[in-house]
Amino acid sequence: MIAEAGLAALWLAAALSALQLALAFGLGGEQGRSLPTIRSVALAQGLLTLLAFGALIAVFLNSDMSVLLVAENSHSEKPWLYKFAGAWGNHEGSMLLWVAVLALSGAVVALFEHRLDERTLGATLGAQAALALGFFAFLLFASNPFERLDPAPLDGRGLNPLLQDPGLAFHPPTLYLGYVGLSVAFSLAVGGLVRGNFGPAIARAMRPWVLAAWVLLTLGITAGSYWAYYELGWGGWWFWDPVENASLMPWLAATALLHSVNVLAARGGLRAWTMMLALIAFSMSMVGTFLVRSGILTSVHSFAVDPTRGTFILALLAIYIGGALTLFAFRIAHVKEGSPFEVVSREGGLVANNLILSVILGVVFVGTLYPLLAEALSGEKLSVGPPYFDSVASPMALVLAVLMMIAPQLKWRRDAAPILPRVAPGLLVAVAVLIASVILAPNIGMLPRFGLAIGAGLLPASLLPLFGRSLKRTPLAIWGMAIAHLGVAVAILGMASDSAFTEERLAAARPGETISIGPWLVEFRNVMPVAGPNWTALEAELRASKGSGALVLNPQSRFFPSPPTTTNEAAIDTSWNGQLYAVLGERDEQGRWQLRLWWKPFVTLIWLGGILIALGGALALVGRMVRERRQRIRGEEAFL
Amino acid sequence: MKVKPKHQRLVLVVLAAAAMIGAVLLAMWGLQDRAAYFVTPSDIAAGKAAPDKAMRLGGMVEKGSLKRDPDGVTVRFTVSDGKSETPVVFRGITPDLFKEGSGVVAEGRLDPNGLFVADNILAKHDERYMPPQMANEVAAR
Amino acid sequence: MSRLLRFLPLLVLAAFVAAVAWRLGKPAEEEIRSQLVGQPVPAFALAPALPGRAALASSDLASGQPRMINVFASWCVPCIAEAPLLMELKRQGVTIDAVAVRDRPEDIAAFLARHGDPFDRIGSDPESRLQLALGSSGVPESFIVDGRGIIRYQHMGPIEPDDLPAIMREWEAAR
Repeated sequence: MIAEAGLAALWLAAALSALQLALAFGLGGEQGRSLPTIRSVALAQGLLTLLAFGALIAVFLNSDMSVLLVAENSHSEKPWLYKFAGAWGNHEGSMLLWVAVLALSGAVVALFEHRLDERTLGATLGAQAALALGFFAFLLFASNPFERLDPAPLDGRGLNPLLQDPGLAFHPPTLYLGYVGLSVAFSLAVGGLVRGNFGPAIARAMRPWVLAAWVLLTLGITAGSYWAYYELGWGGWWFWDPVENASLMPWLAATALLHSVNVLAARGGLRAWTMMLALIAFSMSMVGTFLVRSGILTSVHSFAVDPTRGTFILALLAIYIGGALTLFAFRIAHVKEGSPFEVVSREGGLVANNLILSVILGVVFVGTLYPLLAEALSGEKLSVGPPYFDSVASPMALVLAVLMMIAPQLKWRRDAAPILPRVAPGLLVAVAVLIASVILAPNIGMLPRFGLAIGAGLLPASLLPLFGRSLKRTPLAIWGMAIAHLGVAVAILGMASDSAFTEERLAAARPGETISIGPWLVEFRNVMPVAGPNWTALEAELRASKGSGALVLNPQSRFFPSPPTTTNEAAIDTSWNGQLYAVLGERDEQGRWQLRLWWKPFVTLIWLGGILIALGGALALVGRMVRERRQRIRGEEAFL
Repeated sequence: MKVKPKHQRLVLVVLAAAAMIGAVLLAMWGLQDRAAYFVTPSDIAAGKAAPDKAMRLGGMVEKGSLKRDPDGVTVRFTVSDGKSETPVVFRGITPDLFKEGSGVVAEGRLDPNGLFVADNILAKHDERYMPPQMANEVAAR
Repeated sequence: MSRLLRFLPLLVLAAFVAAVAWRLGKPAEEEIRSQLVGQPVPAFALAPALPGRAALASSDLASGQPRMINVFASWCVPCIAEAPLLMELKRQGVTIDAVAVRDRPEDIAAFLARHGDPFDRIGSDPESRLQLALGSSGVPESFIVDGRGIIRYQHMGPIEPDDLPAIMREWEAAR
């Protein structure tokens, strides 16, 4: 029953999105008059999709095996958290989640957006309805999550044990919220293009969505990176895997958009460029979803290949992006020139930021799709991995970090005063660290060396915009920028330290043997069987000591009976100066166990940096919203 | 430096175009010798794979070929595509679905003696998994 | 120039869509036929999958009569869909042996009790060894072996009602 109710809600919501699209096109009469109707239609549509998603969660929690999706992805013995997360841990469920968030954000725009004129808002809601309609059709015709299975099986197939992990349960939804947040920026840009409205009002309406989406994407990517780090047991934190790139590309575009939207909102400049970025950011979200969902590029996060679904999403993608880009090409000539600025100015710095981010986005995009292109053109099969991305994208990222030391110090419009004194602290620290690293650690690679230097220089430089201000009076947005830039510095330091100083030991050891790594002496004590809720495992006991302190690490080799699968659970100990990481392998014929150990100095800074970046974004978001609210209230008072 | 407002948009457009062209050039330069080609043991036997270049080797782990070195962490095995065979050496913990007679993709380099030195071994946790490149090779026969 | 540039993003999109559409039109994971069709069954001897049931070995197959081998698992959803059709094949006189892949006796017993038990012998293949030796790439799969122990036919994926005539034809041919 619940499943049928969910399906019915989905159909109704799809019909409402068609109605909303028709109303926005003006078929329902005069634009202005139909706006209240559009608002209520958007709200009803959002609530209905929420209901459908709730129904899906309910059938998963009840372990209703007569629903095909539950039978294929869940199991009655599974802990309830994974039953719950299982609802979106699969293709159909995750697409339903995507549509639910899309429809809900449409409803939020319809209810709370008051900065825009009615016509632009109507066109925006029309674009949002068009997006929703396509994805409803995709769900209903190509991936119905509520399909029944007759006869119902005794129990389900379980969830891939690799995916049975609290981090992963909340990782995809975070990314999806980010992707969908960018859909609003896309719709606003389309609305602006349709109505010829490119003013700061559009940018102000766009900014909170871009900020929120960007914060969530940052958190999602950070969490995904940590998940891959501890779950895959390879000791790496970023693999330049197509699925990872799929989330990185929208983030890069959103980062560029985040900076240019500020220029448009504050100074009225970079109009066409901001519109273009808003279109690209969501396009990258769709391209990313498509690449992951169609399974067209093979990756460690495997999802099944399904040509029908792939074709469907590809068609949607071609229609939406193609339509928006065509609109852009024809309307952009009508954009009025923004206010002028000089090369050396805050605007100039932000243009440079946007250009570098675009180049990084370009090389990641080309590298991710090159295998496809090469096979299409020459039939050669190849894969593009870390050697490529590390050598083309990472140096560009460091150039960007150098720019981050300078640009926030520049004034808007024109900056005639000498710049060097303002950026000296950061540059001095960077040069000092560079020289120190050459003397103290002559054998590390170029990239980590410059990473250490530039990361260290950016630490003080990122805080300089706060310097000389009354900290209490400083707007939250400035705090946000400083903290986000500080996060970038911290993350770069973590990445550079990890690649420069990581030690690795691979050994076959008998119980009682000792392995030395970094500052640690690790004693391999024994291996014992242990059992969990739905798995059994062999667990090693490792006693790691350095100086006076000692601790115990328990890496496991886990066996899940349904479906029968083995996974390696790494054991990680975090101390203030790094992580000790241990993986247990197989036993050989002579009774020795394979052990793989890593000592990774300051690797945690990578994710700490990610969290700081997101925190900075969140502060800026709150600051902007509070400030706009205050201005609106003040405006209303003045009107009275 | 002062840019006339009239020309500002043109300058920005040119910059954007230059950035995109730069990205493509940078990507092409990077891809030239950093893309790992997928090879089969037959390709290696035919001399199509240059030594010391990153590549991915796909095939089946030959039955009875899997041996562990006395150090306990180095495994040696033979990858076969039914026509030719390539010896592979790998230091590390093998994925659990890695078994004799199963499909495998090894990432690494070919040394001058024709031994494939793998840095990484990929196996999928999927019941029906077959490296797609491998599937093409098998289907082509 | 700037007019041309306006359409550049569209061109990039067109190239992307073209490359991807080409890839979608040419499915990468084609079905992989076992290379053993026409060849003798590889030698094997499996333990019984259920206590008290007859086990399965290659020597049981060259019995002078054709037999069908069904590779299945209790944790496999398509196997449930296939179960009634196996019962139908048994009714039409097909002798079916089973290979239970990576499975547990209690699960197999529950599966057979619920979905019917068309099997003569059931062997247990806990590590997919036989499955791989047969060149089977997943579950369920079915093979028809003739009276001399030669594999005559391989059916990949669940048997569906439409497949019955073809399977019966192969069965008659293997006699």
